[in-house]
This record gives sequence, structure tokens and C-alpha cells, in this order.
Amino acid sequence: MVMTPEVLTLSETPWLFSGVMLVKIAVAFVVTLLIVAYATYAERKTIGRMQTRMGPNMTGPKGLLQPIADGVKLFFKEDIIPAQSHWFAFILAPMMILAPAFIAISVIPFGGDLQFTYDGTLYAVPMQITDLNIGVLFIVAMAALGVYGIVLGGLASNSKYALLGGIRSTAQMVSYELAVGLSIVAIFMLSETLSMRGIVAAQQLPLWGLESVSFIPNWYIFCQPLAFVLFVVGSMAEINRTPFDLPEAETELVSGFCTEYSAMKYALFFMAEYANMITVSAVATTLFLGGWGGPFYGWINFLIKVFAFMFFFIWIRATFPRLRYDQLMYLGWKIMLPLALVNIVITGIAILLW
Amino acid sequence: MAANTETMTINMGPQHPSTHGVLQLIMELDGETVVKATPHIGFLHRGIEKLSEHRTYHQTIPLTDRLDYLAPMSNNLGYVLAVEKLLGITDEIPERVQRIRVIMTELTRLKSHLVWLATHALDIGAMTVFLYCFRERENITDIYEKVSGARMTSNYFRVGGLADDLPDGLEGEIRTFAESIPAHVEEYEGLLTGNRIWQKRTIGVGEISAEAAIDIGITGPALRASGVDWDLRRDNPYSGYEDYDFEVPVRDGCDTFDRYRVRLDEMRQSARIILQALDKLEPGPTLADCSKVVLPAKQDVVNNIESLIHHFKIVTEGFKTEPGEIYQGIEAPKGELGYYLVADGSAYPFRMKIRPPSFVNLQGLPQMVEGRLLADVIAVIGTLDVVLGEIDR
Repeated sequence: MVMTPEVLTLSETPWLFSGVMLVKIAVAFVVTLLIVAYATYAERKTIGRMQTRMGPNMTGPKGLLQPIADGVKLFFKEDIIPAQSHWFAFILAPMMILAPAFIAISVIPFGGDLQFTYDGTLYAVPMQITDLNIGVLFIVAMAALGVYGIVLGGLASNSKYALLGGIRSTAQMVSYELAVGLSIVAIFMLSETLSMRGIVAAQQLPLWGLESVSFIPNWYIFCQPLAFVLFVVGSMAEINRTPFDLPEAETELVSGFCTEYSAMKYALFFMAEYANMITVSAVATTLFLGGWGGPFYGWINFLIKVFAFMFFFIWIRATFPRLRYDQLMYLGWKIMLPLALVNIVITGIAILLW
Repeated sequence: MAANTETMTINMGPQHPSTHGVLQLIMELDGETVVKATPHIGFLHRGIEKLSEHRTYHQTIPLTDRLDYLAPMSNNLGYVLAVEKLLGITDEIPERVQRIRVIMTELTRLKSHLVWLATHALDIGAMTVFLYCFRERENITDIYEKVSGARMTSNYFRVGGLADDLPDGLEGEIRTFAESIPAHVEEYEGLLTGNRIWQKRTIGVGEISAEAAIDIGITGPALRASGVDWDLRRDNPYSGYEDYDFEVPVRDGCDTFDRYRVRLDEMRQSARIILQALDKLEPGPTLADCSKVVLPAKQDVVNNIESLIHHFKIVTEGFKTEPGEIYQGIEAPKGELGYYLVADGSAYPFRMKIRPPSFVNLQGLPQMVEGRLLADVIAVIGTLDVVLGEIDR
């Protein structure tokens, strides 16, 4: 006998619903934190291999305890708040950058429905903390909020290098958010939904609805390659990774906006960078690579794609030099923004014609 | 509302990751545009010129290691050549010594250029090139260690010769290394030359015309990238450089990109010179036959009273020179390195003046960066290839 699973709702089974939600939040949060910790390890190992050196190999077997040792070290470091800084904003900044990075994870679908029986009823729970009907907008909004942390950190430090870093990041994020936002618009036009789950579902169909090539899924990377490139490049700029790591350009601005930060506050900036990298990889996976769809079980596909993206970001870091401020602005406003607009127009025409 | 046009003064250095040591730049910034840049030097002043006035000629050699600490053997060579010129024994230097000096100074040029490329690329953000270059530099440091016992402060050349002959088997090692250089340079070029970002960051950045470069006195690769065909190794040869067949790379872009390409070409040419010198290297003495100047062999000191006396006199008093003054310039990796010696007939120089290439080249910095962006300042410091040990002496 096949039972149709019930959808868990707050009104019918409040306790079960709340419990499941809390478990989902805890799992998503802990897994993200773990990936953040081990992304630093993976980055150091990968770049180490690319640069003919070892990477961390002393702390624990193969250096696996290195992220934990780093965390412990930073936790016990002296927490310096510069005398001339604005202390409240100075403390607030690292939190303001980390929180949105994690909040954005909440609307990302990790996998399909999870079914379980409770009290004789079969329930289906989506592997996603919440399926907002404006999920993509929510992520864009959270990414925009993250800018405040950097700007605030730069201003509150009352240091000239930090100030320059803060100014750079404001300009950079504002310019690239536009290109990223516009590149996603083309996806909405195809999927006709803003829900992350809906977008993934739309990508599970065969490519362009053609039954003859049904083995190729309708991932938006195939019909929106330009949007994909714009999104990935723009995201790299938004999460301040090489070649767009100008706000914290070590060799120019010492450490940019986090020059004056130490101990756990510095660690929070660091974690935020990696959390953002995970978020961006997850969003790119969801929007362009069919989310959890693929040959393996739901969330395994998802993680593979996310890790592939993160490897790509790390690889880029080992390869490219850094752009200059004016060149970055040029790329953002004069190349990426018009391209994104052109892409929207082309997509619109294509939708009208077919 | 009128725009606020106040400029911001920012101290770059002496503690800054990419001022290549303790250079301090006081910059007036309008946004990120440099309005005025003033280099401040002197944080690494150790008084090497003054110290040398109280040391015998031989005792100054280790001090010269610490001038341009990325190219110690070139500094040794310039000084040793200057003293030999003062003594008038330039023609008595054995051929093997000349060859080994050329091999070692060309290795030094490679060593210096490798560190330059490494840090220059790192400053512009290409992290991997840094480690690739240091991988090759490590080989040169190993060769240094086998030759002189030290990895950085070599103190290998002597007035009238060398501290010691090359150890057995090292010639083969140097040959293998020199043969590998062109492939390695290709590797660096693969990461940088065709890279759009690298080109954007370097082409047209830090331009200086040939006239301006000559007016300031810029020498070395920075001058040759401004289209001036001038290399002391060819135009005023020393240590037998006239025997070798090599090209002097010249480009006329006047910018950071062309200085980068000139230096990479120089690395290839250095490898060529090393291989030629190894081919021409024949067994022979490693010290000139000037008993008043060079230390006798240990065997003779033990068995021969005259050698013992010479040894004692040279070690305790040093050797005396005729009164006079000379200038000897060599083509160091960073440009013309000159030693001006004034002798008063004693065993100590009356005055030693060093013409460090970095010091003179640094003068070009303000006019190369003013009106440009902060990120260009970093690129220009890198492209000038300054070493503060040499600037401050």
C-alpha cells in the first residue's frame, strides 16, 4: 500500500513541526560550520599542492586538526579594541558580516523530501530550512546586508588602511550586486518562480523539454551560459575572493577592512568569508546546476556540486593576480552590467518566440 | 554643495607587507589617487661605508654581502674588482677565477631576479609564482652553500681570487640548473605574460621615458626597458665578460610590463652565460700570484717561513695600496653598482663610496606614481626592484 505523505504544518502538529525545524536548523548550521572549518584546510592543502609545498601537515594526522587548532589559538588571543575606534560599531561589524552569511543558507534546498512515519502517519519534510516564495530575493538581500559589516568594520577601526578597504568594498559590492542580481533575473523568467525549490524542480525536466535528449537535465547552465558566467564572476567579486580581493588586498592595504581586528573578531571575518563562499556555491548550484538533482542521492549530489564550485574558487586564487580598483569598476559597470541586461533582453525575446 | 577635496596622508611603511623592507612612503591620497609620494629612507642604515674606513681591505668583503642581500656575490665582485684595480693587479687574476666569478655572479643575477619576480607577482596578487620562484632560488642557495658555506652572506670572493675552488661535482650541478632555467622561465611566463589581469596591471603602469631615466641616473633593467641599450657587461667589460656571447635585452615600452619582460629575458641570457663559462672553465689556480695581497696556501704557511710571515702580515696588518682613487662599476642585477675608493697609502681605505643601483633607481618612484592609483604604487615598488639594505647601506 502506497501512502501519500502528509505535509508537516505548524497548525496541525505544532510540536512535531517545531522539533523537525529545530533539527533542520541545527544540522544545517553545524554542517555549514564544519564545512567552513574544513574549507580553510582544503584551501590550504589544495593551494599547497598547486604551489609545490605541503600545506598544513603537523597538527593531527595529515594536519586534519589544523582548523581546530587555529580556532583555539584565535579564541585565546588578546582581543584588541583600538583606543581611537568606535567600540560599539567595532564589535558589531564582525557579527553583522557573519550573520547574513549563515542566514542565507536557510533558504537553500539541500535535497528532495525526507519521508518518515510518526504516530502512524507518513510525513514528507523538505531538506531545506524554509522554502520562502521569494527565496532568491532573500539571498540577494542577505548578501547586501553583509556589506554593512565590512563598511562598519572599516569605518569603526579609525585606521586609514581599514577605511580604504571599507570604501573599496562598498563600491565593489554595490557594483557587482547589480550584475549578479540582473544575471539571476533571466533564471526567474525561465522558471517563473522565485522559490529556490521551484527553481530546482524546473531544472529536473529534460533539456528544453526535448524527450530525445532526456538524459540531459534542464540545468540552467545549458540555456543560460552567459548568466552563469556573470553570476560566478560577480559572486567572486561579492565574496571578495581573488582576483577581486581588493577590500583586503594584503599587499596594498595590509589587511584592508580587518587590519585592526584580532582574536575571535578576526576569526569571525575569516569564517564569514568562507561561509559566503559556501553560500555562493550553494546558490550557484541551485540556480544553474540543478540543485540536488543528479545520479546520486539528493544531498550528496548537492554537496558534490558545491565542493566543485569551492574547488574552482580556490583554484582561481592560486592562478590569478588581483585587479586594480578602476579596472574592477570598469569590468562591473561597463562590461558585466550591459551583458546582464542584454542577456535579459535575449531571454525575453526567446521566451516570446517559443 | 561643494565637494570636500581634502587629501588624506597615509604612511606606507616602514612596516608594510610590500614595501620590500623598511621603505617608508608618505603619500597624499585623493581617494585612491596618489597626489604626492615621498620616499623616506634610512631605517636600515648600518654605516657600511664608514665602517670600511676602519677595516683592512679584506675585512670589508663580508660587509658588502649585506648591501644588496639578495645578490651578495655581485656586491663582493664589485668591491673586489675595485680593490684589485686600486692595487693594479687586475691583469694578474687567473682565468679560472674570472670564469668562476662570472658563473657565480650570473647565478646571483638569477637569484636576485627570482626574488624580484616572486615578490613583484605576489604584490600584484599572483601568489603561486612566488613559490615557484623560491623553489628555483633554493637551488641557487644550495649552490651558494656548497661554494662558500653560507646560503645568503656568501663572502666568497677575495682580493686576487676566490676563497676556495669549486667543490667536486658542483660544475655538473650548476650546469643542470642552468639548463633548467629556460623551462622554468617559460613556466613563469605561462602564468603571467599572457594573463589579461597581469597585463592590465602592468602595461602602461609606472612609465618613465628614456630621457627622464637617464636624467635620474636609472640603470639596469629599468633603463633597458625604457629603450636605452646600456649594459656594463658588454659596454665596459670586466672579469672577462667580453669572451661570452650574450644578448642585452632591450625594450621600449618604458612600463612595468616591459621591465618584467626585460628581466625574464635577462634570466635566459644569464643561463646562457653560465653554460658558456662552464664550457670554458679549465683547471688552474684560484688565487693570483701576488704574495703581498693574497693569503698563502695553508700548506706553505706551515712549511715555509716566508709564507708564514706573509700570512701573519696580511692577517694582522692587511695589505697597503698606493695612494689614489678609483671607481669600478659593475652590472649588478639591479643596475650599475659602483665602488669609489680613495686610498691614502695605508691598509685602510680613506673613503669608500658605494653607488647602489636601488638608491638611484628609487628616485624615479615619485614621478612614476604621482597621479596614479594606490595599487600602482605597489606595482612600481616591485618593478623598481629596490633592496633597502643597499639603499641605506
